[in-house]
Amino acid sequence: MKLEFLSKSKNESFARVVVAAFASQLDPTIEELSDIKTAVSEAVTNAIIHGYEYGEGIVSIEAIIEDNRVEVIVQDKGRGIEDVNKAMEPFFTSKPELERSGMGFTVMETFMDNLQVESQLNHGTIVKMVKVFKSVPVEG
Amino acid sequence: MRLSTEIIKDNLIIRLEGELDHHTSEEVRRKIDSEYYNNNLLNMVLDLGGLNFMDSSGIGLIMGRYKNCKEQGGKLSIVNINSKVERILEMSGLMKIVNIYITVEEALKS
Repeated sequence: MKLEFLSKSKNESFARVVVAAFASQLDPTIEELSDIKTAVSEAVTNAIIHGYEYGEGIVSIEAIIEDNRVEVIVQDKGRGIEDVNKAMEPFFTSKPELERSGMGFTVMETFMDNLQVESQLNHGTIVKMVKVFKSVPVEG
Repeated sequence: MRLSTEIIKDNLIIRLEGELDHHTSEEVRRKIDSEYYNNNLLNMVLDLGGLNFMDSSGIGLIMGRYKNCKEQGGKLSIVNINSKVERILEMSGLMKIVNIYITVEEALKS
């Protein structure tokens, strides 16, 4: 599944609902779906607030289902992150004036089973997350 | 997102319904702050019972209101936590610094 949309904050809700609807074909629990929705919301919010801080752009989301897991890739072609490790520290925020809690990456890490962040200054950021639905039996 | 407010003595009671994310939190913040400061209030009671989604933007919003209350010498309470918001509230550490009650009435009595 691939989805592209403009980096407007009103699209955050749309984005997380689409990914949750896609993942729901595996019949996960409500909690597992809620985890994915929250993680996607964090990644998309980062792309909008940080990635496209200086002008709107396209946020793309790709989701792939494999057995009982779903991989979600959220990508922006915005300004990128200078120091990914620092950005991923709990409570780190470059925007305290916007009352950002600095917990976005921590939420993604906690609610998903795997998180990888690749970023290049002025080229954009790719967030890859995997959720394993432990409630769903693996076939075969 | 729907927000309704009620003032009882020097308490601002805020009921949130819907989804609290980056998009909705900015307007929620504006409304809460204008009610709180324009009416010279002390405490806030945030009723989260009607929320069916919250991400870390909600954490930022609550932390900001917690600071405002503290500056004014008041306190912030959260009531009606449901399963949709419990996990993120727990991981944020907010439950350790704000007052948690079951109902608005209970929060007002304390």
